[in-house]
Amino acid sequence: MLIFEHSRKNRRNYSQAPATRPAKNDIPDHLKRKSIPLLPEVSEMDTVRHYTRLSQKNFSIDTEFYPLGSCTMKYNPRACNSLAMLPQFLSRHPLAPEDTGQGFLACMYDLQEILKDVTGMAAVSLTSMAGAQGELIGITMIRAYHEAHGDTERTEIIIPDAAHGTNPATAVMCGYKVIEIPTNRDGDVDMDALKAAVGPKTAGLMLTNPSTLGVFEKKVAEMSRIVHAAGGLLYYDGANLNAVLGKVKPGDMGFDVIHMNLHKTFSTPHGGGGPGAAPVGVGERLLPYLPVPIVAHEQGVYRWLTEKDRPQTIGRLSAHMGNAGVLLRAYIYVRLLGAEGMHRISEYATLNANYLMAELRKLGFEIAYPNRRASHEFIVTMKEIKDRTGVTAMNLAKRLLDKGFHAPTTYFPLLVPECLLIEPAETESKETLDRFVAAMKEILDEIATQPDMIKAAPHDMPLRKIDDVKAARELDLVWEPAG
Amino acid sequence: MPFIPHTEEDVAEMLASIGARSIDELFDEIPAELKTGKLTQVPPGLSEMEISRLMYERAQQDGFYLSFIGAGAYEHHIPAAVWQITTRGEFYSSYTPYQAEASQGTLQLLYEYQTMMASLTGMDVSNASLYDGASALAEAALMAVRQHRTSRRILVPQTVHPVYRSVMRTIVRNQAIEVVEVPYDPATGQVAIDKLDQFAQEEFAALIIPQPNFFGVLEQVDALTDWAHDKQSLAVAVVNPVSLAMLKPPGEWGRRGADIAVGEGQPLGIPLSSGGPYFGFMTCKQELVRQMPGRIIGRTTDLEGKEGFALTLQAREQHIRRSKATSNICTNQGLMVTAATIYMSLLGPEGLYRVAAYSHANTVALVEQLEKLPGVKKAFHSPFFHEAALQLSVPADKVLNGLKAQGVLGGVLLENYYPDLKNTLLICATETKTVEDLDKYTEVLRQALAASA
Repeated sequence: MLIFEHSRKNRRNYSQAPATRPAKNDIPDHLKRKSIPLLPEVSEMDTVRHYTRLSQKNFSIDTEFYPLGSCTMKYNPRACNSLAMLPQFLSRHPLAPEDTGQGFLACMYDLQEILKDVTGMAAVSLTSMAGAQGELIGITMIRAYHEAHGDTERTEIIIPDAAHGTNPATAVMCGYKVIEIPTNRDGDVDMDALKAAVGPKTAGLMLTNPSTLGVFEKKVAEMSRIVHAAGGLLYYDGANLNAVLGKVKPGDMGFDVIHMNLHKTFSTPHGGGGPGAAPVGVGERLLPYLPVPIVAHEQGVYRWLTEKDRPQTIGRLSAHMGNAGVLLRAYIYVRLLGAEGMHRISEYATLNANYLMAELRKLGFEIAYPNRRASHEFIVTMKEIKDRTGVTAMNLAKRLLDKGFHAPTTYFPLLVPECLLIEPAETESKETLDRFVAAMKEILDEIATQPDMIKAAPHDMPLRKIDDVKAARELDLVWEPAG
Repeated sequence: MPFIPHTEEDVAEMLASIGARSIDELFDEIPAELKTGKLTQVPPGLSEMEISRLMYERAQQDGFYLSFIGAGAYEHHIPAAVWQITTRGEFYSSYTPYQAEASQGTLQLLYEYQTMMASLTGMDVSNASLYDGASALAEAALMAVRQHRTSRRILVPQTVHPVYRSVMRTIVRNQAIEVVEVPYDPATGQVAIDKLDQFAQEEFAALIIPQPNFFGVLEQVDALTDWAHDKQSLAVAVVNPVSLAMLKPPGEWGRRGADIAVGEGQPLGIPLSSGGPYFGFMTCKQELVRQMPGRIIGRTTDLEGKEGFALTLQAREQHIRRSKATSNICTNQGLMVTAATIYMSLLGPEGLYRVAAYSHANTVALVEQLEKLPGVKKAFHSPFFHEAALQLSVPADKVLNGLKAQGVLGGVLLENYYPDLKNTLLICATETKTVEDLDKYTEVLRQALAASA
């Protein structure tokens, strides 16, 4: 039932909102609202029960193993939440004077400095609210750089075909044309294609490393040389930072700008689709264009640097300073881990991924890049199984739900047919991975003996397979009261 | 090892299965010369007890103030149930609902949210959030340009939040979209409708219409909406969602209603938290739905005909359409929408009305009290809603410092955004303020004014 279906006219929640209406309403009549908005009229008890029960219909990291490739579903430490929600932090207005927020600003400054170390970049801005916005910032800065150098003919951004969809979407949103280059059979960018694509129209290259295929781009230094030699700049999509944190720094790989996904690598909550935070780091070339505000620490005082301090900044991307509460959670996470804890992230994420890959290979699953190490994730392809039995990656994903596991990412990257992109993350124990392997073995047996049952999965969830074709064809986007 | 559960035996067994001798060996594909990533600026790890102590100290350092600041972020009482439910692990640590059968909780909640926002704004459909009010306005501008056949220009009054205008510029500039500003009438604090006449022969994809505007002043939204439509431009509303309990919603503006409504969702149960995370909302008319960015949830059925919910119209989005997507947005502000939906359910229409009405009544009362002090007067002679601009006859920055020393944050200096508005404060009193709070403000302002004289 929807919350509206619990409504009863004039039912009210008496302890929320003032006890009476004010004596007068001096809004001019032609500007007054005359209709009653469609909000629920439900008791507090029924509201709490409704949303609590809804929550119980979700899979989550707190309840299930969630090996979504490229999403880094690691444990969200509870202390990060409770400390970020200390009442003084929560109650502070963004426009309160800086001297009333020195404690908060100290956390932001410390985080900036730590992220500079993590990335090997010259400066960091915390303002970006999601990876896609980080990409927008990066490409906007690249545009500003070329414009400042009078280089107005650079109209193209080169992007590997394996890239996350946000990359080409961002390039177009920033007014560029996308030049897509292929990936070779080993999972690396095709260097000949890159050399052919690079030229006087190249504004830059967007790269993810390790790539979305779960393998490290071994020729990244050469790519950097090629693009820079042609006058272009390099953008690093840091979505897979969990694989190389503390091992490799994007600044050392030759990148000019990077975004990090704090809601992946730094364990801020995924929240059913955000909020994220994606701080952007820059090298010397792009330093002047970094978006504001940025925290400075001058003579013992923290303050925000703004347009006045950074005249060449591309400007602001957020009404205030970004997703402050998310940044606080990331800061607390980093302080809990410390340097030694952070170094272990990539080690154990990579160990878990390689172990899972080895065990699934033993079961008979086909690994897409069998001669490569897994980074923190790897790809299984179901193509042969589909050709033989008709069972697809989607069918397997739905059957995994029945077994109490969230499915891996499916059908991304697009390059590998019938693919499962599997990322266990470092916070999962060997026993959890072994249980997942056992469930995958069961499914292989079921594919052999009951393929039709698998094709009709899921069977044990509160709902059977959702008809999303109907959802798009017969649009029902808002509830309407009967009559 | 914080959050890493592996024992030495686990590691040995796993390496044996992989056929590697050490974890280091798993990194052998990375060229040696690139392995320079060791962190040197990260302090050693702290226990939870130690980091708690540090964070309590920093929070205590910041303390609490009696705040009368609005300017786009508003202090409202947030019922306890909102964040207790929102931070349940099943909401907090779940992902974007790509596997619909495993995410019916989030998906149904978002459908309910869409329903509430569409109704609140008087529109047909809603998306499931954007990052914040400022970026939502930018997305609305991009949407209007996509929809309009010929113009790549946006007309925006200077009464729209200054930072929203700045963010919009930063984002739309990339696509060679021109942003043209309309000045406000210094007497009324409204968009100068006569100043719109100068644009009579020019084409725009959209006119942006704030309600209330940044000064808290109520705009002539019907006239502005009709002006836009008469010119074949879209009317894009920028609104405060709590105010919509009392104010005519954008869908009812002018003859045909505004086309797109955006704004900042923070007032709906989201704490101030130094500026984020908040969420941007966007609603629009049915005929524009395929141009709308962001996630959209649709109601459908499962194999057995039972009601269920799923992401829909995904062909607009980056994960399907890539370079042809309406926007690059992926992660949005899902957890904040969860909180806002629970907030709206706990308040209901009457509760939200009272929150809006008391915020307005308190601001009206505060303005009346403060205007009795020497040298304090309203900057604009117009109806306002829950926020007002007061001009002082003494340096306002010193006055604010004097108030702060007494634990009161008196408002925002408008001169920071509008250089002509000297010594003018933007003040806001919400339903959280008591008569004693208003009296305290009045008293400390009296003292600060006297000290400046």
